Amino acid sequence: MGHWLGVKSYDLIIVGAGIIGTACADYASREGLRVAIIEPGPIGGGATAAAMGHLVAMDDDPAELALANYSLALWEDFTGIEQIEYSRCGTLWVASNEAEYAHIPAKIARLAAVGVQAERIDSDQLYRLEPALQRGLTGGMRVPREAVVYPPGMARHLLNRACARGAALYPQRATAITSHGVQLEDRTGLAGSVLVATGCALPQLLPQLPMRSRKGHLVITDRYPGVIHHQLLELGYADSAHGDADSSVAFNVQPRPTGQILIGSSREYGSDTSEVSMSMVRRMLERSFRYLPALRQLNALRIWTGFRPVSVDGLPYLGRVPERPNVWVAAGHEGLGITTSLGSARLVIDQWLGRTTAINARPYDPARVATWA
Amino acid sequence: MNQVRIAINGQALDVPAGISVAAAIARLQWPFRRSPRGQARAAFCGMGVCFECRVRIDGIAQQRACMVPVREGMQVMTDE
Repeated sequence: MGHWLGVKSYDLIIVGAGIIGTACADYASREGLRVAIIEPGPIGGGATAAAMGHLVAMDDDPAELALANYSLALWEDFTGIEQIEYSRCGTLWVASNEAEYAHIPAKIARLAAVGVQAERIDSDQLYRLEPALQRGLTGGMRVPREAVVYPPGMARHLLNRACARGAALYPQRATAITSHGVQLEDRTGLAGSVLVATGCALPQLLPQLPMRSRKGHLVITDRYPGVIHHQLLELGYADSAHGDADSSVAFNVQPRPTGQILIGSSREYGSDTSEVSMSMVRRMLERSFRYLPALRQLNALRIWTGFRPVSVDGLPYLGRVPERPNVWVAAGHEGLGITTSLGSARLVIDQWLGRTTAINARPYDPARVATWA
Repeated sequence: MNQVRIAINGQALDVPAGISVAAAIARLQWPFRRSPRGQARAAFCGMGVCFECRVRIDGIAQQRACMVPVREGMQVMTDE
């Protein structure tokens, strides 16, 4: 340290080129900021690459819904870009009993309140839309405008746009946040505001912000076009997603534009290796066979795991880091970071610019961590 | 060198024992499979990571040709 001769200076130094960091780089560069982005690994190579890429509004938490809804509107600018593979298949939430079915009108009302169109469908309509579903289901809720994407393709696209506007990519590790900016592995110093968007790795640079890793498994099949048409989830999915169980599985399958079927989902705390757990895969597949027995006949090509970054309360940290002048954060999106990336970037960068944010930024303010201590 | 006889898409082929199915297919310079848009694909990484070389071997689909050694009498189907 000490020799800051030849230090490069930026308005904003973004650490991490997952979908969150690249979305921030894209928007910041669009607003005229001089941006550096630091990423030692592949672009979108962490949770971004492991994710399903389902663009979805979850209505269970108002702040989560507000951020998702804000972001989904921004995603509409990316529907025609080949490498993003945007496919508007819609989401179909499946009710397996009367109790789940009875909750649908309230869900539709919560979604309608923010402008998301959804419809309740009875079992006849359900089987017309998705004939492969198991008989005996009660009905469901269809959200026709939702979509699936290829997340690493999006991260790459966002980074390319930022770089075309002059953003600089440093393909190495950020070893420390200094009083001026960031120090890189090769001891290069970068000066400027710092925005940490490193997901599960956040504690390495910002240990004061709690972050847990929640492991997930995904299975992808060979190409079977036409078996399913919508992203299909059980209505009990939110219990798995928002519950705090050590491990849980839920029916969550997706038709890829190639005809392949992506099968999820599992959630698991306490496992920090990326190894595939066959017992977890079996549990997850048994759950999916209950809803979609046709999956039993299909060939799977591969199984992989990934880690969702989980904040203290399940909402991302977006904004200024308490007691750290010039240090900002955008991390902790759990399983919804692909959907909420674009809105998250705007919330953080608009605050950095001193602008009024389009939605209330307070629920995501990292300062709330103090109240959890 | 020991030779084994395998069949690729029904065509008999004598190849050295111990080579991979991918090496055997490469001798014929045929596509291993097709991308969703119809482009020909072939072995790329050669070490089981990229999944580009998948073919049907003895009736089992989606085997990585680079990871399977040839065996006498093996039936390989490419580009299905």
